[in-house]
Amino acid sequence: MNRFMQSDFFYHFRNTPVAMISFAVFTCIILAAVFANIIAPYNPFDPASLNLMNGFTPPMQANDFTGEVFLMGTDDQGRDLFSTILYGLRISLFVGVMAVALAMVLGVLLGLIAGFLGGWFDVLIMRFADIQMTFPSILVAMLIYGVAKGVLPPDLRYEMSITVLIISIGLSEWVPFARTVRGSTLVEKEKEYIIVAKMIGLNKWQIMIRHILPNVLSPVLVIATITFALAIIAEATLSFLGVGVPTTKPSLGTLIRIGQDFLFSGEWWILLFPAITLLALALSINLFGDWLRDTLNPKLK
Amino acid sequence: MVLLFVAFISFLIFRFVGNPVESLLGQEATVAQRAALEEALGLNEPIYVQYAKFVWRALQFDFGNSYRGALPVAELIATRLPATLELALTSATFAVIFGVITGIYTAIHRGSFLTNLILSTSLIGVSLPTFLIGVLLIWLFSVELNWLPSFGRGDVVDLGWWSTGFLTLSGLKSLILPSITLGLYQMTLIMRLTRAEMLEVLQQDFIRLAKSLGQSNRQIYFFHALPNILIPVITITGLQLGSVIAFAIITETVFQWPGVGLLFINAVYFVDIPVMSAYLLLVGFAFVVINLVVDLLYLLIDPRLRDSQMRGEN
Repeated sequence: MNRFMQSDFFYHFRNTPVAMISFAVFTCIILAAVFANIIAPYNPFDPASLNLMNGFTPPMQANDFTGEVFLMGTDDQGRDLFSTILYGLRISLFVGVMAVALAMVLGVLLGLIAGFLGGWFDVLIMRFADIQMTFPSILVAMLIYGVAKGVLPPDLRYEMSITVLIISIGLSEWVPFARTVRGSTLVEKEKEYIIVAKMIGLNKWQIMIRHILPNVLSPVLVIATITFALAIIAEATLSFLGVGVPTTKPSLGTLIRIGQDFLFSGEWWILLFPAITLLALALSINLFGDWLRDTLNPKLK
Repeated sequence: MVLLFVAFISFLIFRFVGNPVESLLGQEATVAQRAALEEALGLNEPIYVQYAKFVWRALQFDFGNSYRGALPVAELIATRLPATLELALTSATFAVIFGVITGIYTAIHRGSFLTNLILSTSLIGVSLPTFLIGVLLIWLFSVELNWLPSFGRGDVVDLGWWSTGFLTLSGLKSLILPSITLGLYQMTLIMRLTRAEMLEVLQQDFIRLAKSLGQSNRQIYFFHALPNILIPVITITGLQLGSVIAFAIITETVFQWPGVGLLFINAVYFVDIPVMSAYLLLVGFAFVVINLVVDLLYLLIDPRLRDSQMRGEN
């Protein structure tokens, strides 16, 4: 820990206000989501605690019928918006983390194998990556989502929707990982220690996993941060379009979709607070990711 | 090559995800009925023969019937394509014009108040998801100010097979918000690129020479610097135009714009396989056409390429 405190990395961090602020905002959001069941004053998924009379209470105003006050107001069913956002954050972050993990594992493995083995496998994977890159990833994710829904039997579609969502976002974001890892693997495998490892007869997989992988991982961290922001936005977009998580478990995107419906009748807070949360989340990850990229690997710019 | 691959993927989706036999006959069909239908649809032929037939039919715009409504997919797409194309073109024009103008402005007036304002707004613009921009615009201009319509295309005029919203006032008014929503992200990208290129070009020797010859700033910026940044700007704009078509899905949903994007998202929602595979082909086709146009534009703009082509080199 002491070593970390004295490192260049930490020095840079201490001297970049943008990095510190964005990291602080991001940490607050993560903590709020993780401890949602402690922080949230109400449980929005417990029908017993809901009171329909509380519906459409504006933020920080007493309800006309019950006299209760809510920090961010309530939605049409009288759910406390603050608690709903906290629980929604959980789902958004969960989908984001899992999708990035999937994209990372898939991309790193394919890039590593393609770079190390070369040959037809390399050509096949990279051609496929090129073609997938010509399509925007949100379109790819929608397509995978649609196909997955078509393959699944109808009774499973509903409960599997979060898994399907994670898979479709994960599969749409693997290409940058694969490209970067393949590039550094190509450089790394020409180095002497790998040639020596080959000479003493280690098998291919051992060389790849134990020797090359640790040396190609540092840009992966940067890409993972940026992809995380993309994945959260992708999840919100898909949920907003109605092809994401089911409405019984609303994520931020679903909440914004619900909020849009009530915009015309003047209940602006149902839209505004989830929107601000999403923006703060995406902006803080983006800013932090930019800083990380500049600090760790200026060449990636 | 790309197109054939996309066609192959969309064929696989079409052929294996939606089981045409089951969707046509229902679950209770006998084995004999199934075999007869498979024979009639050509499903028992080898896969590559089926693929060739699929491509052949796609070339003739025959994508089969939509599962919902049982209309031919080609007809569905044809009635909705004008709406999407008008939206995409308007927003791309908006993005290019404003992107290049603000890009040049922020490059020339470095450090001024307006430049900093534009640059920091663009950072937020990049982080805002498209749908959120749309919803916020609706809130401001339709709900609060009540200036512009929040959904649909307004009144359209039919010109044969093309229905246009350009010719009526309400059509034009309903075009404003969706095209800003769709174009904003591309605009910020084009702006940043133009700015970066412009800053680089302005440092070069021939600009300094022009300055020392006493040419006016305007002449330098527009006759010497601008032509040199056009190539990268056009490349990125071309690539972005493709994603405009894809992102139109989101914008069309927010504004209930009756285009192909809305058709696609409904197809995903109701698992309408023929519509999905036809849409995929359409987008793939659009990307290939755009790339071709961009390559041709290079020839038009870059005198080096143009001359070498004319002399029959390369």
